[in-house]
Amino acid sequence: MTELDLTLDGRPISARPGQSVGAALTDAGVVAWRTTRRNGRPRGLFCGIGVCFDCLVTVDGVPNQRACLVTARDGMKLETGDE
Amino acid sequence: MTAPDLVVIGAGALGAATAYYATRSGLSVEVLERGAIVSGTTSACEGNLLVSDKEAGPELDLSLYSNQLWNGELAEHGDLWEFEAKGGLVVASSPAGATGLTELATRQRAAGIVVEDVPVDRVPEYEPHLTRDISGAAFYPQDCQVQPMLMAAHLLRMAREAGAVVRTGVTVTGFLRDGDRVTGVRTDQGDVPAGHVVNAAGTWAGQIAELAGVEVPVLPRRGFILITEPLPKTVFHKVYAGEYVASTQSSDESLQTSTVIEGSASGTILIGSSRERVGFDRTVSLPALREIAGKALRLYPSLAGVNVMRSYFGFRPYCPDHLPVIGLDPRAPGLAHAAGHEGAGIGLSVGSAKLLIQQITGAEPELDLAPFAPERFALREAA
Amino acid sequence: MSETYDVAVVGAGPAGLAAAVTAAEQGLRVVLVDAGRQPGGQFWRHPDESVPSTDESRGQHQWRRFTGLRDRLRALESRGSVTRIAGHQVWFLEPVAGAGAYALHLTPTVASEKTPGVPALVTAVRLVLCPGGYDRQLPIPGWDLPGVMAAGGVQALLKGHRSLAGKRAVVAGTGPFLFPVAAGLAEAGAKVVAVCEAGSPAGWARTPGGAVAVPSKALEAFEYAAVFARHRIPLRTRTVITRISGADRVESVRLGRLDSGGRLTGLARADLEVDLVATGWGFTPSMELVTALGAATRVDVDQSLVAVVDAWQRTDVDRVWVAGEATGVGGALLAVAEGELAGFAVGRDAGRPVPDGGTRRLQRVIRRGRAFARAMHRAHPIPAGWRDWLEPETTLCRCEEVTVGEVCAARDTLGATDARTVKLLARPGMGWCQGRVCGFAAAALAVPPGRDLTAADLAPMSRRTLAAPISLADLAGDDHG
Repeated sequence: MTELDLTLDGRPISARPGQSVGAALTDAGVVAWRTTRRNGRPRGLFCGIGVCFDCLVTVDGVPNQRACLVTARDGMKLETGDE
Repeated sequence: MTAPDLVVIGAGALGAATAYYATRSGLSVEVLERGAIVSGTTSACEGNLLVSDKEAGPELDLSLYSNQLWNGELAEHGDLWEFEAKGGLVVASSPAGATGLTELATRQRAAGIVVEDVPVDRVPEYEPHLTRDISGAAFYPQDCQVQPMLMAAHLLRMAREAGAVVRTGVTVTGFLRDGDRVTGVRTDQGDVPAGHVVNAAGTWAGQIAELAGVEVPVLPRRGFILITEPLPKTVFHKVYAGEYVASTQSSDESLQTSTVIEGSASGTILIGSSRERVGFDRTVSLPALREIAGKALRLYPSLAGVNVMRSYFGFRPYCPDHLPVIGLDPRAPGLAHAAGHEGAGIGLSVGSAKLLIQQITGAEPELDLAPFAPERFALREAA
Repeated sequence: MSETYDVAVVGAGPAGLAAAVTAAEQGLRVVLVDAGRQPGGQFWRHPDESVPSTDESRGQHQWRRFTGLRDRLRALESRGSVTRIAGHQVWFLEPVAGAGAYALHLTPTVASEKTPGVPALVTAVRLVLCPGGYDRQLPIPGWDLPGVMAAGGVQALLKGHRSLAGKRAVVAGTGPFLFPVAAGLAEAGAKVVAVCEAGSPAGWARTPGGAVAVPSKALEAFEYAAVFARHRIPLRTRTVITRISGADRVESVRLGRLDSGGRLTGLARADLEVDLVATGWGFTPSMELVTALGAATRVDVDQSLVAVVDAWQRTDVDRVWVAGEATGVGGALLAVAEGELAGFAVGRDAGRPVPDGGTRRLQRVIRRGRAFARAMHRAHPIPAGWRDWLEPETTLCRCEEVTVGEVCAARDTLGATDARTVKLLARPGMGWCQGRVCGFAAAALAVPPGRDLTAADLAPMSRRTLAAPISLADLAGDDHG
């Protein structure tokens, strides 16, 4: 099966077709990609099904996308960030 | 238990401020609230302390009086209720609107308001994300903001700490009378005698007045507000369209919207406003939400992709002449009112309350309350 | 505007799938709106169907029920009897004045995944709401560390993406859902160091209406027992996580013992080292669409706010039915039965002949399923002592980072007497998720300890004027075009 190539802040991340961005990051061992507004705490996946909005990530320049719901695509640029 | 000097009906902004100033004057106070504290319009508004949206006249005088309190004796508590003297930027989107704005500013300056004319090319220094497609702007440094629920809750807390009793879930069902005189209230949980009763029931003040046999024409005017996702600071002042001033004074029945937009301490952007006379209709009106969103985007096109997380609505208490009702009611001695402030109740709450307590305790109010007299409507009809 | 459908079904999980195919097979024109890209909901979440796979059913239960429903759905879709709008959420639901119909305003679940040709608005005469639910959460000190996940999220990664969220896991909370999550983790190669069940459910399966009455449940229990034995997974009952520790991610958990009344009696001597905590305390039904229409609600045995429905799944709002978890958390098979019955009910409402025997059988299945669910909930209550291990600094609202101490101060110092006022004064539930995660705990903390939660307590944390976020541009746009 062809792997998809994504980047997180420029660092290569691979994903299987059909996987979510959140799943690809999980497979890459990344557990946090955002810091909170008030206390600067790290956050990643929590509910995993689109309810909690903890896993927000910037995808191809569009901020605040839920990583657990966005399907990974080849060439996708993910960026960590502050809320 | 001895009867309190004062029973205050309603634990919103007006009731809280009244209880606060009453305890400061040494009065014993009992606040009776039908629901929970701050559960009415206080929890469904924006927390505006505006001078900019008011024409010269008694409401502006009251606004300036309140402004002194917010910035003076209450300033030490400002952090508790997120007080922010952020200033207001009023923008006009047409040459005619710009002329209107200039004329309004002239009248307001004469009444003591600080207004800075902002040349159109300097607007980005105030609001970098605002559309450049505007015809005029004015900056009002005296416009401020509080978090209204925290404000009211802390005033109630300080009143409680000074001995006031706040009872929630208690519904006033009538008044105790001695002849014409009001000597307390009847509630669903027993009678509460009192020296004076203050009707601070907000949009429901007319119904309370009716229980006392007097007419106070406070009616609901529904308004919606949109809340966006939290963002890095994007809107730096209170920004509103020039027609907002006209809409607050309008008596039109149908849906009216005019843009008021500002950032909040939590990073969200609050976007208003709408005005509709639909009674206490609690249906969420999509046309109102759409119109608010559309007009906001005309001022801030760059917010197009920003998500709205929620909306809320409240019922502003308005009187036919758009002035609040503040003062002792000669038709029912012992009864006073502090209600009907429409969209300005948060800002005017402290001034209204302080003046009312001055009147109740027999002192000369620092500002003439005659324009706000509860009996003015009946007198006008008779004339 | 396009056609008005006979019925709109919201949600394509077990209940919604069953409702949609049943209604369509009676000749009704059905639109099926689902937030997911492919049918199945959370229970039958599975890998992307467009990617060839030989093990689609791995980790699934009742999978043939699903493929049966999916086959029927595909046939109905190809005949044009069902229009399926996938990957979209209803952000606003309202009756159309004077038209005897409902308007469902839609937005893509993922903004960047707009499907061409999908309308922003669909209308239907009847509504079947099958919104499902998600793990209920209680705050635990440290639960905001990365590596702490909802049990359902861990399961979704496994079933939907074949991703393993950690290597050394503890699964904790209460309810039978902890078992498949632990089993799934172990089968996928994780070391499950403990399953901590706050209740002491031994024997509940034998109570009247319990698992014995629902043979498939007993069978599942045997399967889990085998998996647990094979992977040497220790099951610790009356055990909770009282603290989660780590610098920037989970490193360890502390366990506590509960007495039979659910109060904390002691702490384990040593912490468990883990890199994944999967936690859940039953489920919270998604109630925003139900409450948006003003349908009557009640508090169920598990303290969830749920819709009140009659023996035909009908609410007290004209032409609105609800099926699945939103009528009471009870699992997939009950949801399928309720969905099917709702499908017949809308058919009956539209004047279609309804098979008497079939619907009576469904009503029997539903009664039995409800009795089973009640027994299950009673065996897996929220432990009475869940506040005992909270600290004032413990995060309650993850979005707004509101602490337990701040919520208690709103109650004790500022005079808040209910959940709505606590929310207004301290902001729990005001952030991105709008109280979906912390709503239950915030409502519970707002009321005096010991008082049972009422619908009035839960409703303010369940009602959302906008059922999903919508961009300002889309909100401003007229979707009637």
